[in-house]
Amino acid sequence: MNRITASCRISDHSVYRNGQLLFENKKTDLPGFLLSGYHHFKLNYPKFYKMDNLSKLGWLAAEVLLKEDFRPGTYQPQEVGLSLANANSSLDTDLKYYETVKEIPSPALFVYTLPNIMIGEICIRHNFKGESAFYISPRFDAGFMENTVNYLLDNDILKACIGGWVDLLGDEYKAVLYLVEKDEASAAQGSEEQGDAGGLPFTTTTINQLFQGENG
Amino acid sequence: MVQGRSGSSVRNENIYQTIMSNAEVFIASDNICSPLGSTTAENFSALAKGISGIRLHDDPVLSAQPFYAALFGKEALFMKAGTPGTNERISGVKGTIPRTYTKFEQLLIASISTALQDSGIGAGDKKTVLILSSTKGNISLLETAASDEQAHPGELQTTPAGSRPGVASEPVMQDRIALHTSASLIAEYFGFRNPPIVASNACISGIMAILTGFRLIRSGQYENAVIAGADVISNFVLSGFQSFQAISSRPCRPFDKSRDGITLGEGAATVVLSSNSKFAGGIKIMGGSTSNDANHLSAPSRTGEELSYSIKTALGQAGLSATDIDFISAHGTATLYNDEMEAKAITLANLQSVPVNSLKGYYGHTLGAAGLIESIIAAHSLKANRVLPTIGFEQLGVSQPLNICSTLLSTPLKNCLKTASGFGGCNAALVLSKP
Repeated sequence: MNRITASCRISDHSVYRNGQLLFENKKTDLPGFLLSGYHHFKLNYPKFYKMDNLSKLGWLAAEVLLKEDFRPGTYQPQEVGLSLANANSSLDTDLKYYETVKEIPSPALFVYTLPNIMIGEICIRHNFKGESAFYISPRFDAGFMENTVNYLLDNDILKACIGGWVDLLGDEYKAVLYLVEKDEASAAQGSEEQGDAGGLPFTTTTINQLFQGENG
Repeated sequence: MVQGRSGSSVRNENIYQTIMSNAEVFIASDNICSPLGSTTAENFSALAKGISGIRLHDDPVLSAQPFYAALFGKEALFMKAGTPGTNERISGVKGTIPRTYTKFEQLLIASISTALQDSGIGAGDKKTVLILSSTKGNISLLETAASDEQAHPGELQTTPAGSRPGVASEPVMQDRIALHTSASLIAEYFGFRNPPIVASNACISGIMAILTGFRLIRSGQYENAVIAGADVISNFVLSGFQSFQAISSRPCRPFDKSRDGITLGEGAATVVLSSNSKFAGGIKIMGGSTSNDANHLSAPSRTGEELSYSIKTALGQAGLSATDIDFISAHGTATLYNDEMEAKAITLANLQSVPVNSLKGYYGHTLGAAGLIESIIAAHSLKANRVLPTIGFEQLGVSQPLNICSTLLSTPLKNCLKTASGFGGCNAALVLSKP
């Protein structure tokens, strides 16, 4: 069984990693919160400032997700990919872009009017070049999201995959990312329990719990 | 499999997963609904005659300046008036909206109807899933909302198109624009029992949707996948590409020395995939792959290495080598950088001598429908043993000596490679074969 080796949830102006609250700042609006998170985690990535809010949210969640255990060089660029979903696509930026059309259409905003741009931002940051996909669903569809990632790992298309949900529209938002890795050790032992390798079994139950904030 | 305790997963709980069939996946039926025709046969015949859907349009609603595009006529009807259910209201999460289908949804319904009928597969079958692909779906409702607000400030009016009136910031409008709302309406129209899936991944959306269906069938999750994609041209989309100065001043010229940008187009297409052996005589999906450049959001890779990686992975999954590929249906958008990147990727994959075409000169760039339309034409090219010429191409304008197909080529064909790339640095490759 593939394993979740890290998770990150950002909602209600709070940032959790593996279930642990790392940062909160409830005294500001969403852009202010995202910027304060960027500063809190001492991130240094000037491209952050030009991103739209959806990409900032997804990018920040990926930074927190990968900040400790994920060592660059563990995998080849083509061996890491992403499978993400949300409900509102890029509508938050679509509305902002369409405001500019009345005067001068902004190419800098237009480029963010696609939800997979967030995947592009994360890939550029971490040099991930493997399979990636973006899906739209009204609610987090754990069964489907589990199936797509398992297919990629079980067929050796990827060795590690970031999955999850990054949705943002106006003041409402939620990001839940999990890092799924092939568990060679427990596969060899035939164990499906939470073993020495750490992490959580990658199942619909687990990712639903992560989504609800029940086990981190 | 265990049902998630939150209950947020409503999908059929992987009842077929235990089969792990690695089944063969065939195209059971297909449809293209474009300005060139409302069936695949009409479309293929128009292409074989060298007919393009691209015209000069002067429509101030879409653009202040005249522009080339392949558009449906304004009077085009995709569904018969008075279709049952079109005038009811439905309750959504955030309010009540008219059921009236938008042009985007009508196009999808028209295309899916034809393809489903031809396949004989039932939408209500528990083993069948609906997958949609689009980049911007109902985004033009923003424009309707803006013009309504201008005409009737503060009032809630029903527009002639029947779309939800009111300002764009209203939750009910935002819910109506959402791609999953269209997916629910369409699934409900046909009576699909499984929740629909929507792939939205820029210009590779169509291929990604096919790949998603292919993998769900391969893994035994479903037996059939009805995969449909559409995009319509709006002021939103056109102004965006214009702001990038990406729109050609003439009909687009893929891979040509004088190419200077894309031409947009609209359309819908559907492929029905199935592992049922009764379709074993059809074109087979052999494998596919996507990759990311990890380089730039709006400019393709400088080396083509990442697309070539996708191509090699797709070939590997298909169990084929470069010498087995008889022709390539390229993305060929006719921007300077896309076509150059594709030429490098094709060369890196050792496919530089294989005949290549781009269909953008016939259809324009149909965005979320492109991967589907072009894969369907590729499948019919395999069947007809004909590679269609690249309209708009005259003189090679990329750094690699590609074999661009510029006249109708009749030759025995067995295996085809389809490629695509898009914003966000995404690339995709798909291999189709004739049994």
